[in-house]
Amino acid sequence: MAPLFANIDLAFLITALVKIVGFTFMMILPLVTVCVYFERRFSAIIQDRVGPNRVGIPLTLLGFKSDLQILGIGGLFQAAADGVKFILKEDFTPKFVNTFYYWLAPCLTVVPALLTCAVLPFGSELAIADLNGLITYFGLPALPSIPVQAVIADLNVGPLYIFAIASLGVYGIVLAGWASNSKYPFLGSVRSSAQMISYELSLGLSIIPVFMVFGELNLGKIAFFQDANGWLILPLWGEGLSWGRWVLWIPMMISFIIFTVAMFAETNRLPFDLAECETELVGGYHTEYSSMKFALFFMGEYAAMIIGSGLAVTLFLGGWSIPFGPLLTQLTGIHFHFVPGDTPLWLGLLHIVTFLTKVIGFILFFILIRWSLPRFRFDQLMKFGWLFMFEVALANVLLTAVLMIWVPLK
Amino acid sequence: MATIIVQRPKLAWHEKMFISTLFKGLKITLGHALRTFLQIAGKKPKVTMEYPEQKWDDQLPEYYRGAPALVTDEQDRERCVSCQLCEFICPPKAIKITPGEIPSDDPWAKVEKRPKEFEIDMIRCIYCGMCEEVCPEQAIYLRKDYAITGLSRKEMVHDKKRLYEIGGKRVGLVNKWNELK
Repeated sequence: MAPLFANIDLAFLITALVKIVGFTFMMILPLVTVCVYFERRFSAIIQDRVGPNRVGIPLTLLGFKSDLQILGIGGLFQAAADGVKFILKEDFTPKFVNTFYYWLAPCLTVVPALLTCAVLPFGSELAIADLNGLITYFGLPALPSIPVQAVIADLNVGPLYIFAIASLGVYGIVLAGWASNSKYPFLGSVRSSAQMISYELSLGLSIIPVFMVFGELNLGKIAFFQDANGWLILPLWGEGLSWGRWVLWIPMMISFIIFTVAMFAETNRLPFDLAECETELVGGYHTEYSSMKFALFFMGEYAAMIIGSGLAVTLFLGGWSIPFGPLLTQLTGIHFHFVPGDTPLWLGLLHIVTFLTKVIGFILFFILIRWSLPRFRFDQLMKFGWLFMFEVALANVLLTAVLMIWVPLK
Repeated sequence: MATIIVQRPKLAWHEKMFISTLFKGLKITLGHALRTFLQIAGKKPKVTMEYPEQKWDDQLPEYYRGAPALVTDEQDRERCVSCQLCEFICPPKAIKITPGEIPSDDPWAKVEKRPKEFEIDMIRCIYCGMCEEVCPEQAIYLRKDYAITGLSRKEMVHDKKRLYEIGGKRVGLVNKWNELK
């Protein structure tokens, strides 16, 4: 037995497990419910409504006078109530469906969406050694002094991995439409696959300039670089800033816009939600689904949105880095930017909070766009994807290459 | 008739490319969002009324068509003489009347008939007001009650007692052909 375990780095295994559970199940999934809440409240105030504002912790069930509303904000538990409702609803499988694929499809939407979060750096470093005082107090062995990187898998091909897995998500939609054996879901899934093919191209091409500029495919290192040297599309602070950054800002902004638009199409959000447009296709690809299976589609969509936002934030908006970090450091004398190996635990946690805040901000932008723009017609969508986005993304690669001759980033 | 050719608005290039129009749309939605957010944060939403806590009852118009109910006159006499016209005209057949005779020793014996039972199924009622319109005795009226709830179908059937409870007394010159009605 001994030689078998000797080759396994137990500390690495445990930290990886903690990170997987902590990030995927304690951050992304709760964030989905937060997104649903924001979607409902934000769309409500856009339309001059109030929105769900009543569900709190149901203390009335225990005999109290009124429900507890956290911070006086009503409706924070709406998403939990929705979840309970989805679980308790009848899980109806129509007779005419292909049962195996019908059951497989919802899983195929959620799993890729959650898999992609493996390479997202959601924070800088967590100096777990800072907890040693507490841990030794309880008589447990002290933690190693090496800080833990706040990313599940520090892959050197992060974005490629994300694209590879994220495009699997369309299989869930296609299978759902096909297995439903019903015309509207089928039309929705066909549209979705056509859309996915046309926008995946511009999505991939749009961030090639970013990798050319960084010379790096490791998302963690990209985030570290931006923390030290200023955000890619907001080079206002940091070391080594020059006019060259502003010259490069032009192609970077173009890639940011194309990336965002393609991300909308990838996640089937309005104005590109051709796969489920309620006005034309009843409910789209999930018309025949009910109960928790429907909720899984929902969760997959929102998880994909979160990962997409996370990727956009990491590539263009500095990832977990705190805005005006160096300026704050000058003002307060406390380090707010990342110093390798010398980042206290509270700063690591603050970086995680910053990352989540940025992601939520990006998602609010998603929601705002959803309620502002009308849906594209399908031929307009394809035309826009193939004849405009693709060309601009290609030209942008060329532009960046030419500009980099005179103004290299590093 | 002269033909008027309506000129299409000439769009600038940035409008055709959805660039400026995108920002225009975002400005509108964000404006609404901010305005409503401030209203809600200030606890004074101007558009939505929080229903069970806030009600609009005092602003219901005179001609509001709520639950139908029976009324008595100033001497507490049942106005209804159970002619059953409302029962026959009721489009969803919600009304069921069992006529009864007024005994001869009653002070109102000359009226001869009154309903023994009068039931309105509020699940069926469509609040059309035809019963009120057809009633020759001005005995049935649509009142302002609109929140008719119950836990069972039986509870949703208003019997005579309940109908008089809702209706109450109607005194004075009752003009049911009021123009607003």
